[in-house]
Amino acid sequence: MTENIGDLVAEHPLFSGLPTDVAELVGGCSQNVAIATGQLLLEEGEPARSLYLLRRGHVALEVHEPGRVPLVIDRIGPGQAVGWSWMFPPYRWHFDARALEPVGAISVDAECLRAKAEADPAFGYLLMKRIAAVMLDRLQATRVRLLDVYGRDVTH
Amino acid sequence: MLLTEVEPSVNPLMPATYRVVARRVETDDVVTLSLEPTSGPSLLFRPGQFNMLTAFGVGEVAISISSAPGAPGPMEQTVRDVGAVTHALCTAKVGSTVGVRGPFGTDWGVDELDDSEVVIVAGGIGLAPLRGAISYLVDKPGRTGQVYVLVGSREPDQITFPDDLERWERDGAVVKVTVDNGDAHWHGAIGVVTTLLPTISFDPARTVALVCGPEIMMRFTVRGLADLGVPLGSIRVSLERNMQCGVGWCGHCQLGPLLICRDGPVFAYSEQLERLISERER
Repeated sequence: MTENIGDLVAEHPLFSGLPTDVAELVGGCSQNVAIATGQLLLEEGEPARSLYLLRRGHVALEVHEPGRVPLVIDRIGPGQAVGWSWMFPPYRWHFDARALEPVGAISVDAECLRAKAEADPAFGYLLMKRIAAVMLDRLQATRVRLLDVYGRDVTH
Repeated sequence: MLLTEVEPSVNPLMPATYRVVARRVETDDVVTLSLEPTSGPSLLFRPGQFNMLTAFGVGEVAISISSAPGAPGPMEQTVRDVGAVTHALCTAKVGSTVGVRGPFGTDWGVDELDDSEVVIVAGGIGLAPLRGAISYLVDKPGRTGQVYVLVGSREPDQITFPDDLERWERDGAVVKVTVDNGDAHWHGAIGVVTTLLPTISFDPARTVALVCGPEIMMRFTVRGLADLGVPLGSIRVSLERNMQCGVGWCGHCQLGPLLICRDGPVFAYSEQLERLISERER
């Protein structure tokens, strides 16, 4: 049975609970994709053309350095989203994102999504509110990580 | 099994001598010593309590007991090498003797938790004071509440007690580990330990949380648990201050109206405690 892409978008936590027509708008820009283990979803410096809504499998957000194994910045899994650089110019990825296992995701075309948000400010506002909430969570988690709490004095 | 009420040795200021019968390197700066008394019976203690360990000729320091009460084998104490005394203890050779005073302080109260779900959150070497409690909860026959063990570490090679983590998971606990900085070989979670809280499913109304680690981590963890509906009074934390006498006489470990060695180190969280550990320097 073919799954309706709008339904899949509506099921993803980034868009769940939003009116059906919103999910359909996003669905109109979306396609189901499968990414093999080791394949890059995002590649540093390359054009940022998609937002990925992960449905299965995990992705490592990495920084690479010549002659060294990549440094893993974050690990993103089912129900989460990856790729925000499509939102603002110059629309280029800042990091690599690599599939750690077979990944199933909804790939949302960034140009299409931006165009719909510009054309329909109400939709754009809903979209930005959802994305801002995720980005706030990530920003706060990153700031706490910067504290390097485990390196400080600990109990006994 | 109800844990035995324990009292410190008759003269709480007089250390007993214990022999180091084994030494296990946990990470590059953390060592677990297995200790047996040079005479007399082994110490009775409760999970969460601490001993004052003496490195003879160097000094004395408060160290939590990291083994489970009643577990076969010697008592274990896990030490992080951060100063002169802890360095002397971390480098103590098998066969050498150290001084032990204790056990002191309050404990995790694990024998009250048979029907509770227990969420255990440890940061860094904060897993050591919780290790005995976790083993006790996982091993106790007839317990019905699920045990969740959430561990945060700076890097994968800083994770302490990996064998225990595997064993607890095998024996029914839900175990999750996250690191601040991963590498290509690390396929686990990345982020501070609080990010693991939303990934477990528990009933906050019948949950007791045991939290140990740096105080900043504990504050964020308490906030995360409260956001998920866990009442503050159901959260227990272990605090550290400069413990010296261990029995509430010297006052070095005072925190507001509390003496950590006597009234703690394990406390039920409260708004008063929140204020005490959130006090700004002025």
